[in-house]
Amino acid sequence: MAKPAIITHPESLKNPAGPSEYSKHPVNTSLTKEAKIALYTKMARIRHFEQRCIRIYQQGKIGGFLHLYVGQEAVAAGTISLLGKHDHIITGYRDHGHGLMVGMSMKECMAELTGKVTGCSKGKGGSMHYFAPDKNYWGGHGIVGGQAPLGTGLAYAVKYRGEKGSCFTYMGDGAVNQGAVHEAYNLASLWDLPVVFVVENNGYSMGTSQERSTAHPGCLAKRAEGYNMAWDMINGHDVYEVRAKTAAALKRAHEESKPTVLEIFTYRYFGHSMADPDKTYRDKEEIKEYRDKKDPVLLFEQELLGEKVLTPELVESINTAAMEEADAAAVFADESPEPTFSDITKHIYWEEDNRSKKSTSSGTIIFE
Amino acid sequence: MPIISYREALRAAMRDELKRDENVVIMGEEVAQFNGAYKITEGLLKEFGPKRVVDTPISEAGFIGLGIGASMLGIRPVMELMFWSFSYVAFDQIVNNAGNIRYMSGGLINCPIVIRGPANGGTNVGATHSHTPEAILASHPGIKVVCPATPYDAKGLLKAAIRDNDPVYVMENTILYNDKGEVPDEDYIVPIGVADIKRVGTDLTIVAHGRAVITSLKAAEILEKEHGVSVEVVDLRSIRPLDEETILASVRKTHRALLVEENKPFCGVDAQVAYLIQARAFDELDAPIGRVSSIDAPQIYSKKLEDLQLPYPARVVEAALKVLA
Ligand SMILES: Cc1ncc(C[n+]2csc(CCOP(=O)(O)OP(=O)(O)O)c2C)c(N)n1
Ligand SMILES: [Mg+2]
Repeated sequence: MAKPAIITHPESLKNPAGPSEYSKHPVNTSLTKEAKIALYTKMARIRHFEQRCIRIYQQGKIGGFLHLYVGQEAVAAGTISLLGKHDHIITGYRDHGHGLMVGMSMKECMAELTGKVTGCSKGKGGSMHYFAPDKNYWGGHGIVGGQAPLGTGLAYAVKYRGEKGSCFTYMGDGAVNQGAVHEAYNLASLWDLPVVFVVENNGYSMGTSQERSTAHPGCLAKRAEGYNMAWDMINGHDVYEVRAKTAAALKRAHEESKPTVLEIFTYRYFGHSMADPDKTYRDKEEIKEYRDKKDPVLLFEQELLGEKVLTPELVESINTAAMEEADAAAVFADESPEPTFSDITKHIYWEEDNRSKKSTSSGTIIFE
Repeated sequence: MPIISYREALRAAMRDELKRDENVVIMGEEVAQFNGAYKITEGLLKEFGPKRVVDTPISEAGFIGLGIGASMLGIRPVMELMFWSFSYVAFDQIVNNAGNIRYMSGGLINCPIVIRGPANGGTNVGATHSHTPEAILASHPGIKVVCPATPYDAKGLLKAAIRDNDPVYVMENTILYNDKGEVPDEDYIVPIGVADIKRVGTDLTIVAHGRAVITSLKAAEILEKEHGVSVEVVDLRSIRPLDEETILASVRKTHRALLVEENKPFCGVDAQVAYLIQARAFDELDAPIGRVSSIDAPQIYSKKLEDLQLPYPARVVEAALKVLA
């Protein structure tokens, strides 16, 4: 039986912010200056996109739930920045950051939030249900943990087709208690599937702290041992560390077709969703502590300023451009048309949307 | 034409499709080494090997969800549920994921998955193993549900289901597995959503699906012989899509309708069919629509009573005579 890889001690996560000890890791030294700037730019774009969403939400233009990714940027950025042609991505409802990372445009993302036909899902999915299969992004899933078996299945398909790929299957710290997640863990390990389960541990599932939700031996990733899977813990405030440790999991998926559980410690600055007044379960001091000392975008900014990759002028122009892009996306979302009434009954069945002589079904399928 | 069993017909469909399309994979509990809990998949592992015929752990939410995920990338999994009753532990995957993802992605994704297995009472196994969820599942747009009653339809519908690009749930019946009938060797499909007149008649239309079709055919025989009544039996074959026109055409001809199903009455398939008939053929009706379902209680274990709980020919005859009165 393969010995599960146990790599980091949790104490390392409590180190005060400073230059990243992972800056010298090969996956980071191999980044060109341009690639580093691009990575920073993507993180800044997520930040500004989300902050622009708050305003639109407050204007009453976004319906339903809006779960923001602010504070967690380095998780999606660090992991997805490593992925290639046959690597797939699936996550829960806190899905904007991943969407922007895979290359979805701010416009299609914003228009989805306002329910417009120009949205990535044509106004049919909303904030929790972004999709871009052409970019290997399979959602955006609203049921906590429900995406875990799907991600395992995407990895199964990759393996079935003989591709050297993986499926990064993201979930929150609350999701690890769902049965579907455990079933997915077991199948992934039993069948040697190239899945990387990424537990984005932001400390809370809605208003329930991780300590109050989960019986665990010190960390959530360790549950992987029960399934004979490798695991690791990552400081999710340091994008270099995220990349360095994720690279090992990706390699395990690509070269050995084996799964890994990565627990990435992170923090969300805003309420669970915009509907959460965020008053009862954590105090403002805690949020301030993270914002001041562990902000992933600012830490990476510092890092790159120190490396002389960024200059203050460049930082400003990147952030200004991201804000302008978010503003333009907001205007686009505003001005885009709504779906039409007849769109309600489209995109339910492939066979209905693609009728031909070869159709395998007929009869009434949409009822009055 | 060869005469084979319903079980062999299902197996023939899977064999054909495994040969035709290398993306077809058979998956489920005990389908490979054990040769299938009901021997539907017998011999397939030997013929196609472990990449194409895969045993899963007892983990319905996990492996059905895995199949759905794989189908999004173009694999065509044919998943066996040992009983459709066990779908309830995988309900989120079956309904939320398979049923909604095309819609929520604005048509960017589709799930060409087939889930098949028996969904019936009448086998003396108690309430947990006797569910008939075709109405529950068919009530979700995005999902297709078929219920073959004969070997010919079993093969044709399963082949159509495997080729279909949407999730299709095939509900079989263990009591029918040994039933025999004519089934062509050659390739054919029964299109999903096309009902079949299993018996032509003029005085009364019986609408049924699954084993209730067989029960209704027996009742029709009795009605003809003992009461001189000519009964037409419409086999829905597919629940969603529903062949509304065939139902209506038959009712317009006979002017009387009796609906027979093995579901419990509340929100059964026939509640929808009754609505359809009154909405579109109200003036054609010479009598109120009649209905025979399973008696409204969890499925009873007692064999003697379970046989009375399900529709059986004498009950159908009695209900038919009321509609004809
Ligand atoms: C099955 C299910 N139960 C409950 C919910 C409601 N809900 C949505 S998110 C959430 C908290 C999940 O927290 P976590 O997994 O830590 O992810 P995070 O929101 O922190 O990213 C809850 C309870 C849901 N969407 N699905
Ligand atoms: Mg959380």
